[in-house]
Amino acid sequence: MKSANFEYLRPTSLPDALDAANDETTFLAGGQSLMAMLNLRVTSAETMIDLSRLSELRGVNETPDAVTLGALTTHAMIEDGAVPDPSGGLMPRIASKIAYRAVRNMGTIGGSLALADPAADWPCCLLALDATVLIEGATSREEAIEDFLQDAYTTTLEAGEIIRAIRIPRNTAPWGVYKVTRKSGAFADSLAICVLGDAPRIALTGTQSRAQRLRRAESALHGDLRAAILADLADADPDADAYKRRCHLATVLAAIKEAQS
Amino acid sequence: MIDVTLTLNGTPRTVSVEPRETLSDLVRNRCDMTGTHVGCDHGACGACTVHLDGMPVRSCIVLAATCDGREVRTIEATRKDETFGVIRRHFHEKHALQCGFCTLGMLMMAADIIARHPTPSEDQIRNALSGQVCRCTGYMGIVAAIASAAEELRGA
Repeated sequence: MKSANFEYLRPTSLPDALDAANDETTFLAGGQSLMAMLNLRVTSAETMIDLSRLSELRGVNETPDAVTLGALTTHAMIEDGAVPDPSGGLMPRIASKIAYRAVRNMGTIGGSLALADPAADWPCCLLALDATVLIEGATSREEAIEDFLQDAYTTTLEAGEIIRAIRIPRNTAPWGVYKVTRKSGAFADSLAICVLGDAPRIALTGTQSRAQRLRRAESALHGDLRAAILADLADADPDADAYKRRCHLATVLAAIKEAQS
Repeated sequence: MIDVTLTLNGTPRTVSVEPRETLSDLVRNRCDMTGTHVGCDHGACGACTVHLDGMPVRSCIVLAATCDGREVRTIEATRKDETFGVIRRHFHEKHALQCGFCTLGMLMMAADIIARHPTPSEDQIRNALSGQVCRCTGYMGIVAAIASAAEELRGA
């Protein structure tokens, strides 16, 4: 099927994009979810603003403590190490398992965050890495990823706001990942990421709502871990059926095991 | 309608499209290059794979308008390409196709696999092909063809 028609704008600067945006605007980044959803007509657009020419959304900024990646950084650039990796190998590993190579060549980290699919990889990974989202709109603002992600397909982005970049603290702690999908490249039934260090962080996605921290598990790494995870799961994915609960439990345990090995 | 100026198979062109048209619409319907096949039209099957600025993309989920100023290469441009010639011969010899609907996507992806992994392992080939759906072959011949084409191209 074809998308319903829409008006198309391709501004060449961030101020122009922000000026052109209104409540009915749909932003196009890599389009690897949006175009499929438009073609399936599960969503529609009145006016589409193509962000691909905004140089402000590209590039990298490095400091001793963090790396800031432009929102238009593609999954393939992260997979290939074409941009600096603040995560000690975690982000390239995550990138390499997102969908398929042809999708990774177009899809962007900023687009993935803005859509906030409850089974997507980046919200979970960036939550495990304690990233900060840099947002432009009527004013510029920064928000911790944990506050930014609200629910399935829901973030704190207001109409007319654009993610400019994502700041990721440098990580040297061991990490582990485990993802269960029906087939390679499909969205995750369950994805767990564990980053150890002084304050261990465990993030889970594939839930009904959003990527979430498992705080009881984080503080029970050397205690009754299984009970802590199950207690976390009751909050993180309360409507999970028996399969999904076992799936989550297995991915979380496997991610922790890899991080600790 | 909006005008899109791009380089298509080495030739600069300006093409008028509706905003909603995809890159696959542009090459098939506006430029009469029907070698690019559309299987699913929502990025699930990989049959419509073309190269955009040298990288494989799914042309059914790339907006035509966003390709302004960019370089697109479709299967039509590969007829006289030596690398594609080798890959195509190995597809023939290893029975890597039956009906042929997915084959152009397989070839576009195969060239990318060999460019990125000159000595690809079977795992690398299978992972990279996981987004290309073939309902005839069971993939064995395709994987074998890419492995043997890579071997010949390494020696060349």
